[in-house]
Amino acid sequence: MKKPKTNDVILQTVTNVVTFIIVLFSLSLFFAGHYTPGGGFIGGLMTSAAIVLMLLAYDLDTVANILPIDYKILTAVGLLIAVATGAGALLFDVPFLTHAYDYFYLPLLGKTSLHTAVLFDTGVYLVVIGVTMTIIQTIGVSE
Amino acid sequence: MTNLLILPILIPLFTAIILLFISKYVNVQRGISAISTLATIAASLVLIYTINKDGIQSVNLGSWQAPFGITLVSDMLSALLVTTTSIITLVVLLYSFKAIGADRERFYYYPVVQFLLVGVNGAFTTGDIFNLFVFFEVMLMSSYVLIVLGGTKAQLREGIKYILVNVISSALFVIAVAYLYSVVGTLNMADISVKIAEVNQPVILTSIAVLFLIVFGLKGGIFPLYFWLPGSYYAPPTPILALFGALLTKVGIYSIMRTYTLFFYHDTGYTHSILAVLAIMTIIFGCIGAVAYWDVKKIIIYNIIIAVGVILFGVSTMNPDALEGSVYYLIHDMIIKAALFLLIGVMITITGTTDLKKMGGLIKEYPWLGWTFLVAVFSLAGIPPLSGFIGKLLIVRGSFEAEDYLGAGLILLSSLMVLYSVIKIFLNGIWGTPKEYKHVSKGHARYLWMTSALLVLLAVFYGFGAEALRPLFSQAAEVLVDPNIYIDAVLKE
Repeated sequence: MKKPKTNDVILQTVTNVVTFIIVLFSLSLFFAGHYTPGGGFIGGLMTSAAIVLMLLAYDLDTVANILPIDYKILTAVGLLIAVATGAGALLFDVPFLTHAYDYFYLPLLGKTSLHTAVLFDTGVYLVVIGVTMTIIQTIGVSE
Repeated sequence: MTNLLILPILIPLFTAIILLFISKYVNVQRGISAISTLATIAASLVLIYTINKDGIQSVNLGSWQAPFGITLVSDMLSALLVTTTSIITLVVLLYSFKAIGADRERFYYYPVVQFLLVGVNGAFTTGDIFNLFVFFEVMLMSSYVLIVLGGTKAQLREGIKYILVNVISSALFVIAVAYLYSVVGTLNMADISVKIAEVNQPVILTSIAVLFLIVFGLKGGIFPLYFWLPGSYYAPPTPILALFGALLTKVGIYSIMRTYTLFFYHDTGYTHSILAVLAIMTIIFGCIGAVAYWDVKKIIIYNIIIAVGVILFGVSTMNPDALEGSVYYLIHDMIIKAALFLLIGVMITITGTTDLKKMGGLIKEYPWLGWTFLVAVFSLAGIPPLSGFIGKLLIVRGSFEAEDYLGAGLILLSSLMVLYSVIKIFLNGIWGTPKEYKHVSKGHARYLWMTSALLVLLAVFYGFGAEALRPLFSQAAEVLVDPNIYIDAVLKE
């Protein structure tokens, strides 16, 4: 079932540039979540939007070559990170999901507060990407 | 240890995640899910012991104080239900090893069962009304997957109905919570109870109570809202059906029990009479269905509906005896329904049909199956030394005390109908003229029978040990009778 070859050079060139901007924006949204609107859910959706744009410009196989990720495993990894963050509280005998934070001096960034809620959010971020991409890919390949 | 009561939720959750990584290794999945479910049972037994010793356990997630964060609360009722749920899941898992088939096992059957366990255990344990909704959804989404897993035509058709009904009832649940939140301004169940007692339940709260009854009634299958249940439960294979029949409707019943004894106990004249009438109608319609069919699955499915009616009638009287009876009967019904579904699953595997008129004479080749089934049948109907007796006895005694003779009489009459409907299976399927069956090897059938016999054995012990277990059940019913025990345990002024 081969389609006639069309010339997508403009779409593909624009995609190459725009994808990076979208990924950067999504990461910015993800890290901004604690103090401003944003967070793991919207960040994850935005990152999958970037991947969907690549899927539109290229095709499933090409994108799978660029990003050799099994999204079902990615979902599981995300869940594991989120639940393990919550369960970390069990080690200190405080209630489940109790978070901890502190201020650290990091090179380049200076005084920064690091919070375990970010780890939880990383889990959410990965799950959202994994689930969205699994849905889109599964619908994409089934005839 | 602070986090003890989370373990029955956390262990299956971790297991489900780990199983997602190894979806192609069926044997490893079997091993891990069996071991972790054993661990869940162990954790919940320790939980029962702790509650028995130290009273109601609660934990404020994330260390936020009671009305502001999510609180998980485990009183004796939830702990007993959590334990029963975990035991039933273990037995169904063992049964599934040989019954569910490699196709389903490779496509995330075991992780989804673990997610179902997370949802059910979570719904029994939570002390926050919105968190209850979330756990309902965890449970329902897993059940959506289980109902369509395998993708046969009937499963897809019934799956659509099931999902449609549950999406609507979930939307109603959110609306009901929104109304409740706009009136009382809190989501913590203990705090809601305090706030409702302060304003002495005006009419708006009584309307919300009825809305909750509609929501949980749709999930639990009470009289006008059970229409989806017989069809949807008929579609999936027996181990999944056993999980559904034993666990899903009971979460709805538990939620009605919780809300009607903890929140809306001020204006019982209205809400609880509705509940009583609906419970009676549920029993009557369940009996009609159970007697009418000649299909083994359908007969047991309608028996679920009868039991829903009996338990809720006990709740509606708000009488200490009847409430204790309801708790007894709830646990008994979970065990015995799972056992019956697994046993008819064995019969269906042997004969290759669900039609009673095409079966017969199983007792000749499979005597152990026949006699186990008979014990399960007597237990279901409530013949004295067995497990269904004491619960029904307490419910009937409670309703006599509340001078509700009609309800008590109907419950006694319904026992006869239940006995008739299941003894019909015994007389036609297991007794009768032997027929030739070549569907399955004897060893295979014996394995399936042995796993289901575990539950029948448990039901027998539950019946004979009723006196020994009595303190636990009194403790469970105490909280239902006096909501202040629950409130004090959570809000620790």
